[in-house]
Amino acid sequence: MKHSRLPLLTTILVLVFFYLPIVILIVNSFNAARFGGTWGGFSLKWYAKLFAAREIWHAFRNTMIIAVSATALATVIGTCAAFALHRYHGKLQKLHYTLIYTPLVVPEILMGMSLLLFFVALHMQLGLFTIFLAHVTFCISYVTMVVLARLQDFDFAIVEAAMDLGANWWTTLWRVLVPLLAPGIAAGALLAFTLSVDDFVISFFVAGPGSTTLPIRIYSMIKFGATPLINALSALLLVATFLIVWLTQHLLHKEKA
Amino acid sequence: MKPARITSAEVLVTAPSMLWLLLLFCVPTLIVFAITFKPADLYGGIGPGWTLQTLRSLSNPNYPTIIWRTIWISFVATAICLALSVPMAYHLARVTPRWRQLLLLLTIVPFWTSFLIRIFAWKALLHPEGLFKQALVFLHLVRPDASLLYNAEAVLLVSVYTYLPFAILPIYAAAEKFDFGLIEAALDLGATRLQAFFKVFLPGIQRGLLNAFLMVFIPSLGSYVIPDVVGGPNAEMIGNKIAQRVFVDRNLPHASGLAAFLTVAVLLPMLIMIIHQTRAEKQPPTMREVA
Repeated sequence: MKHSRLPLLTTILVLVFFYLPIVILIVNSFNAARFGGTWGGFSLKWYAKLFAAREIWHAFRNTMIIAVSATALATVIGTCAAFALHRYHGKLQKLHYTLIYTPLVVPEILMGMSLLLFFVALHMQLGLFTIFLAHVTFCISYVTMVVLARLQDFDFAIVEAAMDLGANWWTTLWRVLVPLLAPGIAAGALLAFTLSVDDFVISFFVAGPGSTTLPIRIYSMIKFGATPLINALSALLLVATFLIVWLTQHLLHKEKA
Repeated sequence: MKPARITSAEVLVTAPSMLWLLLLFCVPTLIVFAITFKPADLYGGIGPGWTLQTLRSLSNPNYPTIIWRTIWISFVATAICLALSVPMAYHLARVTPRWRQLLLLLTIVPFWTSFLIRIFAWKALLHPEGLFKQALVFLHLVRPDASLLYNAEAVLLVSVYTYLPFAILPIYAAAEKFDFGLIEAALDLGATRLQAFFKVFLPGIQRGLLNAFLMVFIPSLGSYVIPDVVGGPNAEMIGNKIAQRVFVDRNLPHASGLAAFLTVAVLLPMLIMIIHQTRAEKQPPTMREVA
């Protein structure tokens, strides 16, 4: 059959559209000139300034505290949820699935707004802890979806075999299930971690004084100048993201390849 | 398979996520509706008693313009995303597995990169001193004093950029399962290529199209950062108004009223999706491809 060239051309166009702004941003992070329109020579000065900026380090520390703790909890809860959804198919799981799925599509601003009101209504002090609660809430759904997708290829006969051979419930869990599902769970955790590190809208609503995270910092830099510093910071974050994506793909496709 | 009877093991693995989401997702959403009917106090909190004042102030003449703008920007952004995704998904479904893996990876990477950074990248390009603006001036496509930033078109462009991966992935998931032999059959039976495309391929990937529509349309109805960074006062959307009521004049009941309105607006297409989802199959193909 003769093929139309349109699909290929669209694909190329879309990929250029995706990557051109990112590439230009990275190139500009080495640009000595303040504005991206002109090339002022190669320079690492924005990186040097970035490393000297104390408020960025502080925000980075907050982001890491939240991302690590929220990912840990969400991974445990999300993995349990994925097991439940995979193993059982009653009315309860239909409701459960809807409850897991809905936060994935609800606009972030609504989640931020409703959690803010919830915390205000409970007279909770806004800060790192409220951001942590909010992040666990949206990470659960993503972890569940990733682990659930992995469970689809999983053969539960292995579990029954282990039990038949005399392993108890606990041994089966830790020696059979978790090691076999580790790549899927790790991929879910990495997605949760990236989403937590990246989240701005929800964090912005539930943050309090002193709990500025990196995205909140970046947002105020975007709004109130300090442009070339963001180029450098963005370039570093992009490299970190590429590494995480590569790692996830490696985890998920290791056996398939 | 055992009959659907709830066992203690099922409760044990279901309870953590179920309770967490009921407490931190469902209850807060209900609170949004409740606080719409509460008065604001002087300190930016919520006062005692109940009132209809928020509902009355929502009839502010500015709102219809903003609501209309929110809907058309979301709608046009979704349409552009779908128009670009269909040919791309077609291509992805037809190339060799090696190429497919690479192209899919290239589509997923932007999904994982920081949302703020992607918006910032465009702000820098569209900035009067930015590369994109300079290039267009050089090519005599825009006048030097024209502004590419702070208008609805900039919001539209950046929305398409942000949400496009969300459209490509579900449509690809549907196209991958599509039997391309059907197109050949249609052509053999005398259909033109356009007819085969519109009458065979598009209906065949219908579910993917519906998923993609909702995955782009719903989040963009709630856009806040994009219009805030590249839109400016003349391209505000509902999300900006919610944020202004929270962060500028700290009127939480008013913000709740707007959020309640937006919740109802997104609930409608979402109900359609949930009904469709439970009817067709248990898994949405969307998230499977993300991982």
